[in-house]
Amino acid sequence: MSRIGLDRPGKRLLLSGNEGIARGALEAGVQVCSGYPGNPASEVVEALLEASKEFDLYVEWSTNEMVALEVAGAAAATGLRALTAMKNLGVDVCSDFLMTVNLSGTRGGLVLVTGDDPAAHSTTTELDTRNYARLADVPLLEPSTPQEAKEMTKWAFELSEELGLLCMVRSVTRLSHSRGVVELGPLHRERRKPEFAAPPPWTSGSSTFTCMFHDMLHQKMRTAAEKFETSPFNRYEGPENPDLLLLTSGPSYTYSAEAVELLGLQDSVGILKLGTTWPLPEELLFKHLSHAGGVLFVEEIDPFLEQNVKALAAEFASRGLGPLNFYGKKSGHIPAVGELNTELVLRALSGLRGVSYSPRPPEYASRGEELVSGYVPGRSMAFCPGCPHRASFWVMKRALKWDGREAVVTGDIGCYSMGLLPTGFSVEQTLHCMGAGIGTACGFGKLERFGFDRPVVSVSGDSTFYHACIPALLNAKWNSSNLLHVVLDNSTTGMTGHQPHPGSGVTASGEPSAPIRVEDLCRGIGVEVRVCDPFEVDEATRTLQEMLKGKGPRVLVLRHPCPLTEGEKRKRRPRVHVNQEKCIGEECGCMAFCSRVLGCPANIWDYPKNKAKIDEVLCTGCGLCAKLCPAGAIVVEEGG
Amino acid sequence: MKDPLNVLVVGVGGQGNLLASLLIGSAATEEGFQVSVGETYGATQRGGSVMSHLRLSRRRAYSPLMPEGRGDVLLGFEPVETLRALGTYGNPGIRVMVNPRPVYPLEVLSGQTKYPEVEKVLEAIRELSKEVVVVEATELAKEAGDARMQNVVMVGCLAASGWLPLRPESFRKVVVELFGENSPNLRALELGMAGGRR
Repeated sequence: MSRIGLDRPGKRLLLSGNEGIARGALEAGVQVCSGYPGNPASEVVEALLEASKEFDLYVEWSTNEMVALEVAGAAAATGLRALTAMKNLGVDVCSDFLMTVNLSGTRGGLVLVTGDDPAAHSTTTELDTRNYARLADVPLLEPSTPQEAKEMTKWAFELSEELGLLCMVRSVTRLSHSRGVVELGPLHRERRKPEFAAPPPWTSGSSTFTCMFHDMLHQKMRTAAEKFETSPFNRYEGPENPDLLLLTSGPSYTYSAEAVELLGLQDSVGILKLGTTWPLPEELLFKHLSHAGGVLFVEEIDPFLEQNVKALAAEFASRGLGPLNFYGKKSGHIPAVGELNTELVLRALSGLRGVSYSPRPPEYASRGEELVSGYVPGRSMAFCPGCPHRASFWVMKRALKWDGREAVVTGDIGCYSMGLLPTGFSVEQTLHCMGAGIGTACGFGKLERFGFDRPVVSVSGDSTFYHACIPALLNAKWNSSNLLHVVLDNSTTGMTGHQPHPGSGVTASGEPSAPIRVEDLCRGIGVEVRVCDPFEVDEATRTLQEMLKGKGPRVLVLRHPCPLTEGEKRKRRPRVHVNQEKCIGEECGCMAFCSRVLGCPANIWDYPKNKAKIDEVLCTGCGLCAKLCPAGAIVVEEGG
Repeated sequence: MKDPLNVLVVGVGGQGNLLASLLIGSAATEEGFQVSVGETYGATQRGGSVMSHLRLSRRRAYSPLMPEGRGDVLLGFEPVETLRALGTYGNPGIRVMVNPRPVYPLEVLSGQTKYPEVEKVLEAIRELSKEVVVVEATELAKEAGDARMQNVVMVGCLAASGWLPLRPESFRKVVVELFGENSPNLRALELGMAGGRR
């Protein structure tokens, strides 16, 4: 039985924010769930996938977020409750459909869960998807804790159904990936039968019809605003007439509450925590602004509350709201970029209230700093031991060096984004969003007529290839762009936790599905394609070198499975060790190639003996170092 | 008990921070605490520093990140990572349990910088802490069948240390619920508990 499917109302479980969202969906009777893996939202779909058999759910990993929202939207159009979950940039991908399904509406509850990433822990942008709720005119809920994530998701389905409108639930990394105690509610097991009645057509219309639907959308949002006025997700704590009112949402509420407690300001500072942040509950805001001496906005990424509440305050002036001091991102009290935490709120509050705070003796803090800077080395991210990307980037580095024409290498989104870093020998030179590697390569590859004669190489993983690279590959073929696209095929969606994709041969729920191979797709459109194993270093390097000389679009698939997938982990690992008799140590011309250049965490140095050594706890037995050691000192024993 | 009680679990990506914090957090949930567990890192890529924050309270759900300088207990899977965390979250009252086995960063492997002598790092940790217990957890984990279970061994040590307001029995229950009666993880936990009492 799945963890989130436990049928014990009242039981307390330690759940992540994402699991809370998934549990809320089960309590609401969700029947269809879709998504594309992306941090921090992937586990919403994974948790529902685990529960899919017991609850008779249809759960799919879609090829991208656009299709995912369309799949959920269709199910909801037939009256089922449906959810789709995606990371911040995924909302960009599905935004075309979002900007029309808001007008066409829904019959069953339709919930879009978005995972934003303040500080860009695992994303390439700090996009604030709350702006999409405003842009698309759809209701927006922002949970603060895993418990609230569950409650809000459940309510989002009811609200969506009542309004006939998609509803957004916005999480952030800190909530999605944190755990908290969640008290379970009753499960909803009733299954609805899908019915699709057209006419009237399910459409956002055109011309006057679109304007009519737009007007109806505004009416729905007025109804939502009325409901939000009394929502229990908006809470005030503090004195009746606070000198300072903290206006906050999401996990920022928990930082605010702790900062007020640590400074002992409970008698003078109040906190209005908003859970329903679009449309804003105007009367509730009027009431609290009227009693406040000043306002500090505590929110992450964009000044969303800050700007929208200030606009309301201008309207409230005619109702007698006096001039108020507003503090937040614009005033510089709250940082305009990055993630918030209790320290940052403490800093803002102690500045505004003139109180000081010091958590430990200053001499301890400075001694700590001294010891850390004296002893602690940096620790950059590295490919895992046994990662095929290390071999692939070594192959690319070598082939490009031997080619000698200073290729432009465009990168893409996945573990192999680290191709920009020393662990990938800094082979990649660009990084944007899913598919932008080959898309920009199409552009670089057409500049020859202006005298740009460098070869163009783009990189993507297999999952990214299916998600967003195919239209660009068609473009390259159609417009004869000169580019070599290298697919680092580790046969899974590695970075987000090994979800299957169209090339895997199985669906999300494990049903067999004929694999769509990258090379078949390429051949189908007449693009030259070759396949190599990156651990066959010499062969792969030669192939890449030859292909670099070609014209038009070409594709090289470097295929080797990720060693962290369950199937690979179960295989017996060869034992790798260094024959220290043969290793010449620092006398060797290789300059400690295995540990210094290759950068595999398992290739360590035996300082007392001044020879290479293998950390057998970390080593996965891939044998790459053995192939590259010039002294032949590294031994691979099969079947270890 | 100090409320909230702030517990840190630190290590390197791939060392099993997530499981360790899940075990401690679940044991605390079992005993009726409000628990928040935060990771300083999306845990989506490996090899970097990883830190889990656990906050136990009888009053309310605290934020998933503890404020700087307010750690009460630190469970460290790697010596320099333990010292790094102390620099930010330590205070004169903190108690530390540390696995002294280094995991070398890329910066050391590439020769840009040297890994300090472990004994010196342990000295620095002692200077910044009220109490330090050094646990050869990787060796104990090998006894349990797999060196990678050092995380569960360390949790076992902590469970038996008396530093947390939690009964060792709650940890056993959580491990059995997750992995079953006969799992190597339960053996690792028991070995850790025995080590923690030594």
